[in-house]
Amino acid sequence: MVISGLFVVFSRSPINSVLSLIMCFIAMAGHYILLNAQFLAVVHLIVYTGAIMVLFLFVIMLLNLNKATIPQKTSVTRIAAAVAGGLFFLVMVAATRHTLEITPRYPFTSKIGLVSEVGKTLFHEFLLPFEVSSVLFISAMIGAVMFGKKDGITKM
Amino acid sequence: MKEITSVIQLIPIEHYVMLCVTLFSIGLLGILFRRNTIIILMCIELMLNSVNLLIAAFSAYHSDPSGQVFVFFIMIVAAAEVAVGLSLLVMMKRNVDSVDINLLNRLKW
Repeated sequence: MVISGLFVVFSRSPINSVLSLIMCFIAMAGHYILLNAQFLAVVHLIVYTGAIMVLFLFVIMLLNLNKATIPQKTSVTRIAAAVAGGLFFLVMVAATRHTLEITPRYPFTSKIGLVSEVGKTLFHEFLLPFEVSSVLFISAMIGAVMFGKKDGITKM
Repeated sequence: MKEITSVIQLIPIEHYVMLCVTLFSIGLLGILFRRNTIIILMCIELMLNSVNLLIAAFSAYHSDPSGQVFVFFIMIVAAAEVAVGLSLLVMMKRNVDSVDINLLNRLKW
């Protein structure tokens, strides 16, 4: 997963980045299955790998963005970016390094990842966010369609 | 079934934390490194997914199902954000005819 993440960042053409990100997502679905989060694994595969990555591929194909003709950033910027990223990584590793105390909140049940338990929690405790997220979806759809309209857009 | 899921607690949680921190910083490095807007959008997705994995790991270790529901909500938000981000990219390509993000710096001064 880490290697495919590195391929996403450092590959030349966007198509290679999309394919390595798909590989990363499939590996992540495997991790979800390891954690007994079955519902999340399948939703992850369907939503991320099946819908979002296909959207990316469509945009790359339709706008013909595969030619890597964009000039790279200057060397100073890239060194600064690498240093900043490395420093962030070091800070996070140092902050999360010590042993975390794991005290389970509820008694351990093996039914955590099953669809029935996730559904019960979703519709008992999280009902309001669930309904509000439908408003979020419709506003995102309206925004996306509005951005795609061609009439009345003045060129810069 | 109980034995399958309690085995995962033999892997210490620090390993999952390290893995997700690594993925998050790789995504952050990608945002700072690249100029292509599509790759930046993909690195944002990578960062969101690393956080998803971390929350799902904590949910499995704490036997708390609300962690997985929260991951579900993060996936919802990420899907909506990808839709809007890609339509912004299409508009950018249509107006400026390039996906270089350094071309859209007119708000600077």
